[in-house]
Amino acid sequence: MERLLIQNSLQEKFMDAIISFDDSSDIFTVTVKKQVIVDVILFIKEELGFQFLTDLCGIHYPDQEFQLGVVYHLHNLPLNTRIRVKTFTSLAEPEIDTLTTVFSGANWMERETYDFFGIIFTNHPNLIRILNVEYLDYFPMRKEYPLEDQTRTDKDDRFFGR
Amino acid sequence: MSQYNIVDPPEGYSAPGFFATTLDRVVGLARKNSIWPLPFATSCCGIEFMATMGANYDLARFGAERMSFSPRQADLLMVMGTIAKKMGPIVNQVYEQMAEPRWVMAVGACASSGGIFDTYSVLQGIDKVVPVDVYVPGCPPRPEQIIDGFMKIQELVGSESLRRRYSPEYRVLLEKYGIK
Repeated sequence: MERLLIQNSLQEKFMDAIISFDDSSDIFTVTVKKQVIVDVILFIKEELGFQFLTDLCGIHYPDQEFQLGVVYHLHNLPLNTRIRVKTFTSLAEPEIDTLTTVFSGANWMERETYDFFGIIFTNHPNLIRILNVEYLDYFPMRKEYPLEDQTRTDKDDRFFGR
Repeated sequence: MSQYNIVDPPEGYSAPGFFATTLDRVVGLARKNSIWPLPFATSCCGIEFMATMGANYDLARFGAERMSFSPRQADLLMVMGTIAKKMGPIVNQVYEQMAEPRWVMAVGACASSGGIFDTYSVLQGIDKVVPVDVYVPGCPPRPEQIIDGFMKIQELVGSESLRRRYSPEYRVLLEKYGIK
């Protein structure tokens, strides 16, 4: 499917809710405001035929104003075209509407994203940790936490260059 | 006279017609030559254990050919591989289901200390959830090392006092891990 066609129809429908288009990579990328994310994906699914949600994941860019992001990958199976939709939110209010109303498959992936990045998907039916232990009290993929286990008692930092 | 010496008799007094030794030593001798291991293999150390059980290395020579896949009949819990934090309570539960006397062997760097996985999701050594008798280093250890560790367990089993498991020190040790 022509990228220009997608761009024009999205521009026409959502106007200033769309932050940017990125044509430089192998997958056409749209960045939108988080208030319209469900509407945008519903439009892409129903009107543009991207009926398969390939992936949904979180991302954390500590240097930008809206640090936390969610990236959605959609696939148009008959035309074999893909599209990437991004949306960002601040650390202070990490809430984004759930996509489970559009794709049931988003349920698992949103739980995983919550588990690792602490992004709260509002109206998600069962937003609890899925992969990590229940008693974990932080979100390990956020950049402010070091990779190493902070509860270790047997390693002397001096010997590990820390 | 057979050319094979199956197992040496324990220390004791012998004269024509009788042999006297302590009950501890007889029981220890019997136990150490019929340890039933429970293999808890989660990753590559488990593959090395398969080689250890195979014909080349043949752990059966040590009286351990009978793998017990039920913890209730097992004497020795062999934890081989990375234990994620989410797996920790399961290791603890398996240990609780084993009948006394029971021993634990941590095979490989991950089971002993977390190994290279110094990260939020991996338990930093199984001694955080169960008491460990023998640690086998290596990433993964060769079958010879696993056999060496097993022989160390045999030494412990053979020399253990029959009263050890009733001692207050042992109770304190188990309570530290929240077992019973």
